[in-house]
Amino acid sequence: MVATKQLYQEVILDHNRKPRNWGALADATHKAEGHNPLCGDHISLTMKLRDDTVDAINVHGESCAICKASASMMTTTVRGRTRQDAEQLVREFRDMAIGKLDHEKQPHHLGRLTVFAGVRDLPTRVKCAILPWHTLHAAFNSVASTTTEAEADPMHAPMGNA
Amino acid sequence: MTAIHGAVLQQGKSALDLECVRAEFPILRLKINGKPLVFLDNAASSQMPQPVLDRWLKYQTTQHANIHRAVHYLSETATAEYEAARRKLQAFINAKEEREVIFTTGTTDGINLVAHGYGRKFVGAGDEIVLTTLEHHSNIVPWQMVVEEKGAKIRVVPVNDRGELDLEEYARLLNPRTKLVGVTHVSNALGTINPVREMIRLAHEKGVPVLLDGAQAVPHMKVDVQELDCDFYAFSGHKMFGPTGIGVLYGKAQWLEKMQPYKGGGDMILSVTFEKTDYNVIPHKFEAGTTPIAAAITLGAAVDYLHGIGMEHIHAHDTDLLDYATEQVNRLPGVRIIGTAEQKAAVLSFAVDGVHPHDVGTLLNEEGVAIRTGHHCAQPVMRRFNVPATSRASFAFYNTMSEVDALVAGIKKVQKVFR
Repeated sequence: MVATKQLYQEVILDHNRKPRNWGALADATHKAEGHNPLCGDHISLTMKLRDDTVDAINVHGESCAICKASASMMTTTVRGRTRQDAEQLVREFRDMAIGKLDHEKQPHHLGRLTVFAGVRDLPTRVKCAILPWHTLHAAFNSVASTTTEAEADPMHAPMGNA
Repeated sequence: MTAIHGAVLQQGKSALDLECVRAEFPILRLKINGKPLVFLDNAASSQMPQPVLDRWLKYQTTQHANIHRAVHYLSETATAEYEAARRKLQAFINAKEEREVIFTTGTTDGINLVAHGYGRKFVGAGDEIVLTTLEHHSNIVPWQMVVEEKGAKIRVVPVNDRGELDLEEYARLLNPRTKLVGVTHVSNALGTINPVREMIRLAHEKGVPVLLDGAQAVPHMKVDVQELDCDFYAFSGHKMFGPTGIGVLYGKAQWLEKMQPYKGGGDMILSVTFEKTDYNVIPHKFEAGTTPIAAAITLGAAVDYLHGIGMEHIHAHDTDLLDYATEQVNRLPGVRIIGTAEQKAAVLSFAVDGVHPHDVGTLLNEEGVAIRTGHHCAQPVMRRFNVPATSRASFAFYNTMSEVDALVAGIKKVQKVFR
């Protein structure tokens, strides 16, 4: 299956093997927990904001390769970015993952994150990829805990404006 | 050679002619991602053979009307077929009386019926329900709802590292406050066959009734509720080659008669005024509204099909599949089987080092191999074995040794991707 092959490419496998910014920040100003109860993925995110800019961000938890690599690449991407830019990425990543944004035809700021575009063809794995971004959104908004289910389900409801 | 339902018995270790058996399951001809479907998710739901599918169509095209109601031909025919199906299910589990066989929508529904009808009536403050670590959520949550409402509590039988229940601890948990024991006959997550006969004997010594969750047992082995002496036995049609939306709750008549109805509605009454309703006799007291008639009759056909093949042949083949799969998977470095009980049904849960089960499942799907990955609605089991989830291959009598080979080859490919 093309989508599967596209997804399990070296960059994702590498981030899964050696996730960047893995652990918890001692001096975090924002934090959030993300759960995907259907598959048991769990992401814990700590972040230090300074002047509305992501000064440091760490994640850790128990999850599949798609989720872990997505979390790892998210941390390397949003560090040094303003909250506004990061939230823009949250929206674009989600739209790409659910197939609403065609990264080859429409403008976006996702850069290397387009390696996750293949999840749109694997409905059961979309939430795995989105969970870290969902958790980041929750952390910005100081929501202690988030999930990919019910009202927060990215497959059914918009994530809201931050 | 004797032809039975198209399946041919032959001499040898495994008495099933798998080619004939498989030819009767249209869905097994599917190709997934260009590869032959290898369906190893039977513990979640099994597939239906042509004679069973045909029964559904025959009912809907020539026999359908509502049952237990009108006097016209179709209603009488449908009623007769529905009650004939009940007798088939009665024979399938060797229940003493047909009125002890209640059609439900599935195992979950059956357990909820007992939780409501027995639990809400007989469980009081300070009482205890004994469950086990191996239970599916469907045999945990309904009891939590009861104990929360009644101020009772749940006691849990632990398991050892092989996934076997601790019988000594079980015996200690039984006490005068124990109102019911709920235990799964076969663990859906690990495949453990629990020593239910012994557990029932111990419970009955203390006068405690026992509910068995038989969802994973009936597709693999002959079940005799009288021999087991269980008080309740719940199972689902769709895990035993019948349709979804139908199941059976067996209950000893002495209990069912004392229990309160679970749902109110038509067909479960004798007379209704706004002041008072007299309930119908069992089993009808528990079958409110229009039941899944077509599904019940089709499940009866699934029982006929299983009888035709013979549960003993199914059990023998399932055992061969499990033994072969266990041996092959054990040979893979970096793969650990979770659940290594002495007595197991054809369920193989495993963990691949460094690879999350969801990635295993997605990559196996690419090879056409369908397995279940996740917590299997048994989170206490996952916690006990300190894993967030497992990969689970579960077999049915239509699976072949070469499908086990496909699974093993698939796992090797997963390991190669994640190397």
